[in-house]
Amino acid sequence: MELVLAIVAGALYACGLYLMLRRRLAQLIIGLSLLANGSNILIFAAAGVTRGQPPIVEDAAVTAASFADPVPQSLILTSIVIGFGVLAFALVLAHRVHASAGSDDIDAIRLDGD
Amino acid sequence: MLLVLPIIVPLATAIALQLLPHRPRLLRGVAFAGALVILGVAVALFARVQTEGIQVTRIGSWPAPFGITLVADLFSALLVMMVGIIGAAVTGSSFAGVDPRREALGYHALIHVLLMGVSGAFLTGDIFNLYVWFEVTLISSFVLMSLHRTRAQLHAAFIYVALNLLASAFLLTAIGLLYGQAGTLNLADLARTWPERRTPALDAALSMLFLTAFGIKAGLFPLFFWLPASYHTPPAAVGALFAGLLTKVGVYAMIRVFTMLFPDPANSVYSVLLVLSAITMIVGLIGALAQRDMRRVLSFNLVGHIGFTTVGLALWTPAALGASILYVLHHMLVITTLFLISGLFLRQRRTTDLASLGGLYRSHPAIAVLAMVPIFSLAGVPPLSGFIAKLGIVTAALEGPHYWVAAVALAVGLLTLVSMARVWDEAFWKPSPTKSVTTAPAPLMVVPIAALVCLTIALSVAAGPVFEISRRAADQLLHADEYVRAVLGGR
Repeated sequence: MELVLAIVAGALYACGLYLMLRRRLAQLIIGLSLLANGSNILIFAAAGVTRGQPPIVEDAAVTAASFADPVPQSLILTSIVIGFGVLAFALVLAHRVHASAGSDDIDAIRLDGD
Repeated sequence: MLLVLPIIVPLATAIALQLLPHRPRLLRGVAFAGALVILGVAVALFARVQTEGIQVTRIGSWPAPFGITLVADLFSALLVMMVGIIGAAVTGSSFAGVDPRREALGYHALIHVLLMGVSGAFLTGDIFNLYVWFEVTLISSFVLMSLHRTRAQLHAAFIYVALNLLASAFLLTAIGLLYGQAGTLNLADLARTWPERRTPALDAALSMLFLTAFGIKAGLFPLFFWLPASYHTPPAAVGALFAGLLTKVGVYAMIRVFTMLFPDPANSVYSVLLVLSAITMIVGLIGALAQRDMRRVLSFNLVGHIGFTTVGLALWTPAALGASILYVLHHMLVITTLFLISGLFLRQRRTTDLASLGGLYRSHPAIAVLAMVPIFSLAGVPPLSGFIAKLGIVTAALEGPHYWVAAVALAVGLLTLVSMARVWDEAFWKPSPTKSVTTAPAPLMVVPIAALVCLTIALSVAAGPVFEISRRAADQLLHADEYVRAVLGGR
């Protein structure tokens, strides 16, 4: 399972960075969101995946293998929420840039706007 | 309790500002009062840290490595105090007038959210929490930057947003990998357990990821290009706030995380950081010399001087790190003052282009005298604070094996002098190129500048004691066991 997640995370990072290197705003934003999702999956994979165990147990005498680590899940939840807000903002900003420049090519905006 | 206040006070102020009826004078008054309370709380916190040592608060009373802890050592307390000072200066300058459209869109509340994010980043003792505070700071700075709709500003804001989000992704990746290996996110717990759990490969990858993430935020070469492309576009007060606080959050995070996680001066990341700091200084100042607009000159100077603040970490001696901490304090004060002064030019001449400025010494001698202090302090003219901080870095560099850094620092000091002398010459000495109507300077805009100038002079006069404090702060940073004991107790 970790191997699959690691490959998925790697693919998301590669696609995200490739898209961020493109010149169009829409691709840049999709790249950013892929990158954010890639890092979420990376946290999940790096912290270790435990199958079929609850994250929170009442019994004090538990071993490390008998429950799933809740911390990475809460980290991912936090970063999904933050990423969602940031992505929404970036989309609105891109929309405004597009509306004022009439183009979503970064170089075209720069030449006129600077 | 005192530790939570620098975060709670700006939050409460921001909420109050949103709920209050929309009357500009009232909003400005509340925003300024809130900033003064932050300053008061920060001074009290600093006094407490001075006398009683490192302060720790466990949020929700969860024991240390499990819950989020807030920690204030000398370095954090000093920087939180600077947040109060800069916050008060920037909100104080809003009395002279803010663009009404910005004010209607929540300008004052956003500034307080930004102050909350920066204080939180300085006080947190948990690395994931640090990421969250970074995002709080970023979101408010994004909105502050793009409140305006001119095309150049939108373009600058987009570059700023994209690069900072990339930095956040790098930081999150590093934190994920770190948690996977260490199983904890508490900085003190990491400092204690990481030396046993680290593997050389992971150490190298992590240090480079952290260097990239914090390097983008701090504006290190070759990751700084977003900064001069965006900092000259927002209004001068926002520019002053960003220049004074935001890059320093990156520098702070770099110093904090690296001293905790990689306490081995032989680590190759420090050689990389040393070279990058030196190149940042040189490239920043060469960039500054090539610019014709005062705010762009200042932006490049900001980048160049970031090199001085990271070089102390790279040299890894108490003397060097202490000098860098002093440099951070000095630079926060001076660059904020200079950006506010550029706002004054903008108000009077409608431009910060050096070619069309001039004759200000003849028309406004008092402002010229005020501006002289930060300009020549940044340039490092004795006896001002910039000289003392640079002297500290040069002597620290000469003590170690990397004496070439001293040569770079001296050469960059000379370049700064040239760049600042040109600003002085073009804006104040040169006869005015246009027969412009000389309006009286807005007195409300001059007051915060005068206050910051007085603080700069005070920092120069009290340089001995302040340097002593920053040396002790550096000692605390380089010997993490005091921090670890304060957070985790005797275990």
